[in-house]
Amino acid sequence: MITLLVYAAIVLLIVTVAQLVRVFELASDLKGGRSNEVTYRDHRNQGRMMFAFLIAFMSFFVWQIVEYKGYILPEAASVHGKEIDWLMWFNMGLITIVFVIVNILLFYFAYKYYSRPDSKAVFLAHNNRLEMVWTVVPAVVLAVIIVLGLRLWNTITSDASDKAIVIELYAKQFDWTARYSGKDNKLGHSNYKLIDGANAVGMDSLDPSGADDFVVHNELHIPVGKEVEFKIRSRDVIHSAFMPHFRIQMNAVPGMTTSMSMTPTITTEEMRKNKDVVRQVKEVNEIRASKGEDPYEFNFLLMCNKICGASHSNMQMTVVVDTQEQYDAWVAKQKPFFAKK
Amino acid sequence: MSTENHGHTEEHAHGHDDAHAHGDGHAHSAHHELSFTQKYIFSMDHKVISRQFLITAVFMALVGMVMSSLFRLQLGWPGHKFWLIQTLLGDKWGKDGILDPNMYLALVTIHGTIMVFFLLTGGLSGTFSNLLIPYQVGARDMASGFLNMLSFWFFALSSLIMIGSLFVEDGPASSGWTVYPPLSALPQAIPGSGLGMTLWLLSITMFVISALLGGLNYIITVFNLRTKGMSMTRLPLTIWAFLVTAILGVLSFPVLVSAVVLLLMDRTFGTSFYLSDIYIGGQALEQSGGSPILYQHLFWFLGHPEVYIVLLPALGIASEVISTNSRKPIFGYRAMIGSILAIGFLSFIVWGHHMFITGMNPFLGSVFVFTTLLIAIPSAVKAFNYITTLWKGNIKFTPAMLFAIGLVSTFVTGGVTGIILADSALDIPVHDTYFVVGHFHIVMGLSAVLGMFAGVYHWFPKLFLRQMNKKLGYIHFWVTFVCAYGVFFPMHFLGLAGVPRRYYTNSAFPMFDNLVNINELISVFAIIGALAQFIFVFNFFYSMFRGPKSEQNPWHSNTLEWTTPMAHTHGNWPGALPEVYRWPYDYSKPGKAEDYVPQTVPLEAGEIDGGGH
Repeated sequence: MITLLVYAAIVLLIVTVAQLVRVFELASDLKGGRSNEVTYRDHRNQGRMMFAFLIAFMSFFVWQIVEYKGYILPEAASVHGKEIDWLMWFNMGLITIVFVIVNILLFYFAYKYYSRPDSKAVFLAHNNRLEMVWTVVPAVVLAVIIVLGLRLWNTITSDASDKAIVIELYAKQFDWTARYSGKDNKLGHSNYKLIDGANAVGMDSLDPSGADDFVVHNELHIPVGKEVEFKIRSRDVIHSAFMPHFRIQMNAVPGMTTSMSMTPTITTEEMRKNKDVVRQVKEVNEIRASKGEDPYEFNFLLMCNKICGASHSNMQMTVVVDTQEQYDAWVAKQKPFFAKK
Repeated sequence: MSTENHGHTEEHAHGHDDAHAHGDGHAHSAHHELSFTQKYIFSMDHKVISRQFLITAVFMALVGMVMSSLFRLQLGWPGHKFWLIQTLLGDKWGKDGILDPNMYLALVTIHGTIMVFFLLTGGLSGTFSNLLIPYQVGARDMASGFLNMLSFWFFALSSLIMIGSLFVEDGPASSGWTVYPPLSALPQAIPGSGLGMTLWLLSITMFVISALLGGLNYIITVFNLRTKGMSMTRLPLTIWAFLVTAILGVLSFPVLVSAVVLLLMDRTFGTSFYLSDIYIGGQALEQSGGSPILYQHLFWFLGHPEVYIVLLPALGIASEVISTNSRKPIFGYRAMIGSILAIGFLSFIVWGHHMFITGMNPFLGSVFVFTTLLIAIPSAVKAFNYITTLWKGNIKFTPAMLFAIGLVSTFVTGGVTGIILADSALDIPVHDTYFVVGHFHIVMGLSAVLGMFAGVYHWFPKLFLRQMNKKLGYIHFWVTFVCAYGVFFPMHFLGLAGVPRRYYTNSAFPMFDNLVNINELISVFAIIGALAQFIFVFNFFYSMFRGPKSEQNPWHSNTLEWTTPMAHTHGNWPGALPEVYRWPYDYSKPGKAEDYVPQTVPLEAGEIDGGGH
C-alpha cells in the first residue's frame, strides 16, 4: 500500500512539475520574451558560475588533502615501498601542477570570455609554435616519468636473492594459507589433485624437499630486515595478494605460480607506535566502542584484491613482522606438515 | 528541379535508396506511404534509428544508475535497512532492506556493463554517429539503411537479454564487468555464473554484432558518401572522431567475441582454454593446461580500445560544441585530427597496463608502461587545444557548452591520475583500489557522459525539432557536475589509503572503519546526482513534445546539418545535396558580416580556406 502511494506521489510530482514549467513558459511568452533563448544574462551568470566553481573546486581539493593526508599512503613498511612512495609523491606533485594549472585556465577563460553584447571573438585557428610547446613539454616530462618508473619496476621485479625466505601464499574462497619452505628453503611439489580435507594445498608427500614444509592458517610471520619471496597460487578462482603497507600486490592465478619479493623494515610492534597508526586506531576504537564492539589493535594485513565471490570483502590474513629472535622462536614451534603425528 | 517535392517528412521513408544515396540532386519522385511499423519501428532512416538508440540508451542508463544508487546505499551505510532496497530487490536479494552480498556484486557488474557498453558505446555512437554522419558529410542517409536498422535491433535484443538476465533465479552475472574466468566460468564459484552469465555472454555477442554492423556502416558512409567539396580535411571533428571510433570497434570487437566464445566453450563443453588446476566445491576439475591470463589478454585487447570507443565520440562532440559556442575556430584543427589518429593507434598497444600484476612477464609490463604513457601526449594536445579555443572567445553559455567545458575538466582531472596507474611500479599499491575507480569514472565515465549530454542538448533541435528548456539544463548541469566530482574525487584518497574496490563492505575488518565518513560523503553526492538526472529525463521527454519549436540554425553553426529544413525530411535535403566550399570552423572570421560562415558559402576571391585569413 505504501509502495503504491509512493508511486502515486511520484506521478503527481512529475505532472506538477510539467504544469509549472508550462506556466512559466506561457507567462514569459506573454511578456513578449522568448523564454528559452540564451541571453546575455545567461552568459554572464553562467560565466560567473564557472569562476565560482573554480574557487569551490580548488578549495574542495585543498580541503580533501588536509583532511585525508594522514590516511593516504600509510607509512611504507618495506624497502621498495619507500621507493615507491618517493616516486609516487614525485609524480603526484607533477600531476597536481598540471591538474591545478589546466583547471584554472579552463574555468578562468570560460569566465573571462563570456559573451558580452559587443564582444567579438579573435579568429585564431592555429599557432605552430604554441602547439610545439605543448607537444614537446609533455613528451619530455613523460620521458622522465617513464625512466624513473621503469628503473624502479626493474628493481622491484628482479629475481629475489637465493637467501630470500621462500613462503607460499595459497588462496582459496575465502581465506589464505601460508606454506613455509622450512630449513631447506625449498617448497615441496604440490598438485591440486592431492587436495583433501587436511592437505589444503595439495602437498606431495613423496617429494623430500617438502618434508620440512609447514603450513599456517591464521597468521603470517616474517622477520624484519630479511628478504622474503612470496610464491603465490590459487586453488579455485583468481585472487590477489594485497598487502598495502608493504606496497605488495600480485594476483593468485589458478594453474600458475606468481611471485613477488620484499624486505620488511618495520616490525608490527614498531608500527603500532607510528603516530598515524596510533591516531587511526584511536579513531577506529571510538567508532567500535560506540557500537559496542571489541577494541582493535593494529596489524599488517594481507587482503584479497581481486573479485572472487560473495565473501571477497572478508578474505584476510594477519601479517606479523617479528624481530629475528621472535621469528626464530615462532618457527621453532611450528611442526612440518608431514611430521609424524 | 522542382520545389514542390521539398519538405517530405518521414512519411516517405525509404524504398528508393539509389536515387538518394548518390546525392545527385534528384528530386524524389515515387513515394509510397509507409506503415507505422516501417516508419517508427523497423525504420531504415538514420534519424529515426538515432532516436531509437538514444531512447533505449536513456532507459538502460537509468537502470544502471539506479543500480549504482543501491550499492552506494550499502557502501555508505553498511548494515542499515533501506526501504528502497527491499522494494526493488524483494526478500530474496534485499531481505529486510539489507543488500545481499551476491546481489551487490551483481549490481556492480551490471552497472559497469550497462554504462560501458549500452550507454557509452551503443548509446553514444549509436545516437550521434547515426544522426551526424549523414547530416554532416552531406549524405541522404547511411550507406546501408537496412544494416543500420539491423544494428539497432541487435542492440535492442541485446538490451532485452541483459535486462532479462536480471530476473533469473540465481541472479545476473556477478563477476565484475570484465567477467574474468574462472570466477565467470564456474557456477560453483558464484551463483551469478550460472544462467545469468550465459545470458550476459549472449547479450554481449548480440551487442558486438550491432556494433560491427553500425561501425562498418559509419566507416563506409564517411569514406564514400561525402558530398561534393567535402574533403577529409573539411570534415567536422565530430566525424573524424566517429570514424576513428568505428574503425577501433571493427578491429577490436571481434576479439571480444573470440574471448566470449572460448568462455562459453569452457562453461558448456568442458574445454580448458582458461581453466587449469582447479579444485572447487570439494572436487578437482578435469580441466588442465588453460590460462585465465589468456582471457585477460583477449578481453583487454578489446577493453582498452573500448575506452577510446567511449571517449572519442565525446571528444568529437566537445570540439564541435566548444568551437561553435566560443564563436572561434577549433584551435589546431589538424593537430586535433592527428591526436585522434594517434590515440586511436596507440589504444591498440596498451592493453597490458590492466595486467601489470597478473604475473605477466615484467619486461612485457615495461613495454606497456612506455606505450601507455605515450597516450598522454596527444591527450595533452587535445586538452590545451580546447582551452586555447576558449581563449579570447565570445563564449555563449548554452547548456551544451557547459557540459562540453565540464568534459574538458574531467578529461584532464581524470587523465592525470592515469599517469600514476600507467606507471607499473606505482600501480602496485593502487591497482584495483578505489583510486582506479575514481580514475576511470572521471576520465572515461564522466567525460563521455558529459559529452553525451552536450550532444543531446546541442542537437536536440535536430533530433526532435524543438529546444530543451535551458533553465532545467543549467540546473541539471551544475548539480550533475558538482555531484560527479563529489563522488569520484574522494575515491582517490580511499584508494591511496589502500581500500580495495568491489568490497561489499569495508567494515568486515576494522582497518578502514574510520574511513566510513568518506563513503558516506560519496554516497550522499551519488544519490543527489542520481536524482538530478530525473531533471534531465523530465526535460528530455517534456521538450520532445512541448518544448518551443527550434529555428533552423539555433546556435549559428557552420556544419551541414543546420542547412536541412526543420522537418524530418526523408533524404535530409529536399533538393540537391549541398556543396561544400570551406572547412567547418569559420567562426568570427575577419571581414565577414556574421560571426559564422556555413560550409555551403563559397570562398570569396582570394579567401584562404582552413583557418588562414
